[in-house]
Amino acid sequence: MRNIVTYQGYIRHKKVLILFVLLIVVLAALVAVSAGSAGLPLKEVLATFLGYGSGQASVIIFNYRLPRVIVAIVAGIGLASAGCVMQCILHNPLASATTLGISQGAAFGASFAIIVLGAGTQYQTLESVSFSNPYVVSICAFMGALLSTFIILGLSHIKKVTPESMVLSGVALGALFAGATTLLQYFAEDVKVAAVVFWTFGDLGRAGWNEVTIMAVATLLALIYFILNRWNFNALLSGEETAKGLGVNVTRLLILSMFISSLIASIIVSFIGIINFIGLIAPHIVRPLVGNDYRYLLPVTALVGSLLLLASDIAARLVLAPIILPIGAITSFLGAPMFIYLVYKGVGRR
Amino acid sequence: MINVQKLAFSYQRSQPILKNIEFCAARGQCTAILGNNGAGKSTLIKCLNRILKPQQGIVYVNGQNIYNLNQNDIAKHMAYVAQRNVRDRLTVYDSILLGRKPYITFEPNREDYQIVESVIQRMRLGSFALRYIDELSGGEMQKVILARALAQQPDVLLLDEPTSNLDLGNQHEVLAIIREIARTERISVIIIIHDLNLALRYCDRFIFLDNNTIFAYGGVEIMTPENIESIYGIPVMVHKVNGVTVIIPTPDM
Repeated sequence: MRNIVTYQGYIRHKKVLILFVLLIVVLAALVAVSAGSAGLPLKEVLATFLGYGSGQASVIIFNYRLPRVIVAIVAGIGLASAGCVMQCILHNPLASATTLGISQGAAFGASFAIIVLGAGTQYQTLESVSFSNPYVVSICAFMGALLSTFIILGLSHIKKVTPESMVLSGVALGALFAGATTLLQYFAEDVKVAAVVFWTFGDLGRAGWNEVTIMAVATLLALIYFILNRWNFNALLSGEETAKGLGVNVTRLLILSMFISSLIASIIVSFIGIINFIGLIAPHIVRPLVGNDYRYLLPVTALVGSLLLLASDIAARLVLAPIILPIGAITSFLGAPMFIYLVYKGVGRR
Repeated sequence: MINVQKLAFSYQRSQPILKNIEFCAARGQCTAILGNNGAGKSTLIKCLNRILKPQQGIVYVNGQNIYNLNQNDIAKHMAYVAQRNVRDRLTVYDSILLGRKPYITFEPNREDYQIVESVIQRMRLGSFALRYIDELSGGEMQKVILARALAQQPDVLLLDEPTSNLDLGNQHEVLAIIREIARTERISVIIIIHDLNLALRYCDRFIFLDNNTIFAYGGVEIMTPENIESIYGIPVMVHKVNGVTVIIPTPDM
């Protein structure tokens, strides 16, 4: 039984890594609650959580900072795990909500709501900018993202479900939605165009407790589905035929996983706008550390996704405080060089 | 024991790829599927465990109609080794453990680990059990893939050209392992192979596919110069060298 003992030691290392990353996420979350234009020392944050904080600290933390931090954690988990699963089922290391046209679909939906339905006058508050009718914008963005998903799944279903056809349809749809958004903007008033551009920046402060709850429940359910299918994802890594030979219902797995990962990305993007790179890069950061075993890749990627978003949010709030920089730009600034580094270091394996 | 009856397959709106395929293969025997490129060999093997869904026919394994089972239960009876295997960042141990997937409900249990352990020892893979499979040589990789198939504890092992990318030494080593597994584990092995001499050396029964159906099926007696020339279109000589039947192509003689 020598190999089992060695293997169990190896597995223990992976479990320790998960706990370690979880601990870093918790620490990053505390720092994120404390960081911002209205400075709150870490001690005061902890005191407030324990019920001994000042009234002003409570207001800042529970009304502004905490929802924002939880949004970062939940959206990070959702986008990263969706990207991780899409890369597996589509056999494509570039698969993510952006490459599949989901983000562009959401952007088109939001543009439609702001320009055509007039839901877009924005106004500035303490730490974020809000829209006059955020629900209409979110619902339209969600419909746009879902439209993208359904067109991809529909087209693949008419002919044959192959990963290649899904990726190619996604790229084409992305271009189509981007074109449609540009056309809408071309004929719109300046103020509305500004609102659309602002929406696409992405903003973690846009979501309140209700939106946080919806995102958290959806992300949790998706994560449960992904974790239940971790062995199937591992089988799929060896190719579709091998996966079928190992008893996987590949077509069902492909369609359901694609639908759920797109749905989760759609929900998140529709509430907080476009956040680039998290879904793409988080799995690539984690693979060199834990390999491609989805039993460990999925949870670590999910945690690293939330860590990246928390770090980006802290940077966005601190770099030019009191101005909050757009989170989507920060994730791209952090993500793109890191991605290029990983690709050229040769460790960005699928 | 696998018994195939009246199997027929075609892709949508196209000519039949397979028609009226009937054969049976006993436990402990290696059956070679032979024929030209495009004869439908890979299609046949994929129809047996329902990776492809044939329009007609029944496949019995030990008397049970395999087509009445779902894909997961089929995988408990039949293991499949594809022609091309994608190498990924999984360890050898995890790759073999994946063979237990049809039996795992949430996490592998003690029995799953025991089976993986015995397969690793049998295939002598212990020295690199924790290496990633994308770092292995072709011969090592093929043994890992075979080990994964064995971990499924199948009654039937389906192999699609398991030696096509291997050097001479590894071809013989892998086929010798396959034959030994068939004998000791009492598994029916169905193997697609291009090299007739390798087939003669390691297989007990032979199926020639031609024109979408079985052209000849039987033991070494069907490996005649006439049959082979009729299938492959070139003349051959069949000789015995040190008691081993060998086939020598003679296109220019």
